[in-house]
Amino acid sequence: MMKKVFSRPKSLKKTPFHYCPGCGHSLLHRIIGEVIDEMDLQEKIIGIPPAGCAVLAYFYFDIDMGEASHGRAAALATGMKRAQPDKVVFTYQGDGDIAAIGTAETIHAAARGENFTTIFVNNGVYGMTGGQMAPTTILGQSTTTSPGGRKEKRDGFPINLSEMIAVAKGSAYIERTAVNSPANILKTKKAIAKAFRVQLAGQGFSLVEVLSPCPTNWKMESLEACKWIDEVMSAHFPLGVIKDITGDKKDAH
Amino acid sequence: MIEIDSELCKDCKLCASVCPHRLIESCDRMNQKGYYPAIFIEKHFKKEGRKCTGCGLCAIICPEIAIEVYRA
Amino acid sequence: MRGNHVVAEAAVRAGCRFYFGYPITPQNEVPEYMSERLSKIEGGVFIQAESEVASIHMVIGASMAGGRVMTSSSGPGISLKQEGISFLSALELPAIIVNMSRGGPGLGNIAPSQSDYFQATRGGGHGDYRNIVLAPNSCQELADLTYKAFDLADKYRTPVIILGDGMLGQMMEPVELPPEVQLKKLPHKDWTLTGAKGRPSRFLRSLILDPFEEEEHNWKLMRKYERITKEEIRWETYFADDAKLLVVAFGIAARIAKGAIKRMRDEGQKVGLIRPISLWPFPYKAIKELTKKVRHFFVFEMNMGQMIEDVKLALEGNGEVHFYGRPGGVILTPLEISRVISSYYYQKKLG
Repeated sequence: MMKKVFSRPKSLKKTPFHYCPGCGHSLLHRIIGEVIDEMDLQEKIIGIPPAGCAVLAYFYFDIDMGEASHGRAAALATGMKRAQPDKVVFTYQGDGDIAAIGTAETIHAAARGENFTTIFVNNGVYGMTGGQMAPTTILGQSTTTSPGGRKEKRDGFPINLSEMIAVAKGSAYIERTAVNSPANILKTKKAIAKAFRVQLAGQGFSLVEVLSPCPTNWKMESLEACKWIDEVMSAHFPLGVIKDITGDKKDAH
Repeated sequence: MIEIDSELCKDCKLCASVCPHRLIESCDRMNQKGYYPAIFIEKHFKKEGRKCTGCGLCAIICPEIAIEVYRA
Repeated sequence: MRGNHVVAEAAVRAGCRFYFGYPITPQNEVPEYMSERLSKIEGGVFIQAESEVASIHMVIGASMAGGRVMTSSSGPGISLKQEGISFLSALELPAIIVNMSRGGPGLGNIAPSQSDYFQATRGGGHGDYRNIVLAPNSCQELADLTYKAFDLADKYRTPVIILGDGMLGQMMEPVELPPEVQLKKLPHKDWTLTGAKGRPSRFLRSLILDPFEEEEHNWKLMRKYERITKEEIRWETYFADDAKLLVVAFGIAARIAKGAIKRMRDEGQKVGLIRPISLWPFPYKAIKELTKKVRHFFVFEMNMGQMIEDVKLALEGNGEVHFYGRPGGVILTPLEISRVISSYYYQKKLG
């Protein structure tokens, strides 16, 4: 007698994803859906999608969601969480949203110890607008606005936002993970669950940075993109726990 | 045992790359979106005894949630 | 009580429990008062945000959650808020934005002016929308209009701008404050983001990719603005019945003009005033009505000519309009402006 051990999370609508083949957003949406299901948060969670490929996230998540303008999700989340502290509020932001236009709001939310969770999808490019350079594009990486590869002199250095946020005293838990392999996907799921637990316990600002493949704008096949995260990207954005004031070693499930 | 919804599949080939028993490959017929979807080919290997163990790695890595996994 | 304090106190009494702001002269007393007042109320939230941009977006977040929310700033800060205000309108969210205008453009100065009229009444940000704009001319009106604004914002699901200026914000007058609203008795909002408990999940968004759907959304907003135009026009007249010359002014300029008109009436000059209180919707009909009896209009603003365009639209070519403006924060006394108006009055052989 076979029983089903894997299926679509209930907190995701049945809508097929519009994302590219092999896109990290699809994986991350499912991971978040699983965490919402397993922690029974569907009735008390509110998400804030970015301006970016995931701008239409509300067509996929069966939860309350409120649109923010580009970069301002951290400010929206601040207002929303302070207005209803008993709910779980999370922002879902890309690298432009959080590390370019939204840096001030993110740093200050962390500094104030705002009790919401930010899920930072780092794919090193501006996906929705066609693959321009992002604050997390690494040196030598070619994009439509860094032809020939990002150059130190012309384009400056990439930003390691999670390490920067860790300095803020109000940040409680920051981890960088990836979604380029089943093992990393499971680690991402644990990290997000932990971030939500930190929020529920009122311990401060939590951030999970997720290295995510963008095969289309990296001009790679899915598998190649996943390998590139392992071999190149994670050298600049090391995976692992960056800050954890909770001392909580508990597994997510 | 797994079931792949071929209409959801976008042929990213990630499932095929993680299956420890190599029981997934791309179909030679297009789905409605124009992709050559992944198919579960366990039945071709009945004689060799290569069987799906329900590890679920394919479903975990599938971005489209196109795979459902069954285990005994 | 000081004007800025009146705004804050009236807001709290109207049920405002969420204030997000940033210091900028001449409205610093608003966040300062709020930081004290809201810390003493249950559920009161005060945040001095990192910028005016951040504060308007905190307003959006708290409004999405169903709260009565306010922010305040002055010219340059209100400019920073424009994207947020456009979003508030598109998302149909209630919120109060207080502008204590100062000299501009650019960094300008901290003296009072009325040069943000266009910004307030023509939307101000991108896209086709309007905000309700209320222009008080006294501390009492600051209290009454701020208090009313919260009801208007909730009723129409739209942002409301209180267009004051540095002088109104700083002046001290006796005020009768309105009674405290009971939050529990406020009408329930059935569109807020509070977690999908006992109901289907919902989302609030302004991105509407299909042009026909976006067009319909614009028409929906337009129909709302038509309803507001029918119901919420506010103005006041002063000595208008037998006037041969009507001064048109708003806010602090109208206050100064009233003083001038009193002087001129004492000398037998037949001058009156029409004072728009809602700058949007603008009292076009009321002004046009007056052209049946009056031919001469004298627009006095503390800017380089902004409301005058609406006055000309109202007149539809009936009557003569003269403009006198002092930008940059220069404040005339009633005596000084009465001399200017008188000289025009006699020039036009009205007396």
